[in-house]
Amino acid sequence: MDVVFKKPHALTDAPLHYCPGCTHGIVHRLVAEVLDELGVEGKAVGVASVGCSVMSYNYFGCDMVQAPHGRAQAVATGLRRALPDGVIFTYQGDGDLAAIGTAETVHAATRGENITVIFINNAIYGMTGGQMAPTSLPNQITQTTPYGRDVNSAGFPVRVCEMLSTLDGVALAQRVTVDSVKNVKIAKAAIKKAFQNQIEGKGYSIVEVLSTCPTNWGLSPVDALQWLRDNMIPYYPLGVYKDADKRDNMKGDKE
Amino acid sequence: MAKIIVDENVCKGCALCVNTCPKKIIALSKSKINAKGYHPAELTDENACIGCAFCATMCPDTAITVYK
Repeated sequence: MDVVFKKPHALTDAPLHYCPGCTHGIVHRLVAEVLDELGVEGKAVGVASVGCSVMSYNYFGCDMVQAPHGRAQAVATGLRRALPDGVIFTYQGDGDLAAIGTAETVHAATRGENITVIFINNAIYGMTGGQMAPTSLPNQITQTTPYGRDVNSAGFPVRVCEMLSTLDGVALAQRVTVDSVKNVKIAKAAIKKAFQNQIEGKGYSIVEVLSTCPTNWGLSPVDALQWLRDNMIPYYPLGVYKDADKRDNMKGDKE
Repeated sequence: MAKIIVDENVCKGCALCVNTCPKKIIALSKSKINAKGYHPAELTDENACIGCAFCATMCPDTAITVYK
């Protein structure tokens, strides 16, 4: 009997601290599988953000740095300068990348820093207990918007991939999700391309992964995936928003 | 002949594998509780498993190893 599926080498044996059904674990595994397949675990350096993924340094087998809140891509920029041959990636949530770290994100992208960014968008602040994030949907109920996010006072959600796809320094901007086996495979292909772009020196690659937060959404893990399909995907359409390998890519090609 | 092995102490009983199994042969254990206090997933019919690894693909905790 052959093993057809096992834990990737680049994922340590430490048990994940995430809540049951949190899709962080799936994305962690995909990143580790890609590091294995590209054979770059030894020269990879990850940057952990602040948020639930703050302790991802315990889970990846490669070297990790833990950055101050929002500054992961600034730290990754420094790592890129110090380690020209390293494989540098950041792993950030929406509260980190799209709120306090917006400036670092936009400027790392427009400089075309040769790094890979894994962006987990679950439309809420998970670690701090479910407050409204910049990516929370209109009328979404959170701890700080108990009557639903009112766009008149709280504004509209940020669509990060669309925003960054207008910048010339970006090589890949793609939004994926992990709600089904098919979409997990698409997500893995996107993450692999984002790492390959970096190894080939093509520039800044961001993969936005629509994720669930069953605990703070108040849903079971299975229902949370359905909520993601019903509410998040219509507002955040999946697809490739920019791919420097293709011409005419500013229209948001849908898969 | 295929089978899955669930690491019972890593499983958090989220049931994403139960939901995704095309053969519907994974269930949360009714008799076991693991160290974290969750009911771990288990294979209910070893003969029906086709080794597709859908369960392991969706498992957030990489608790499932698939043999074929």
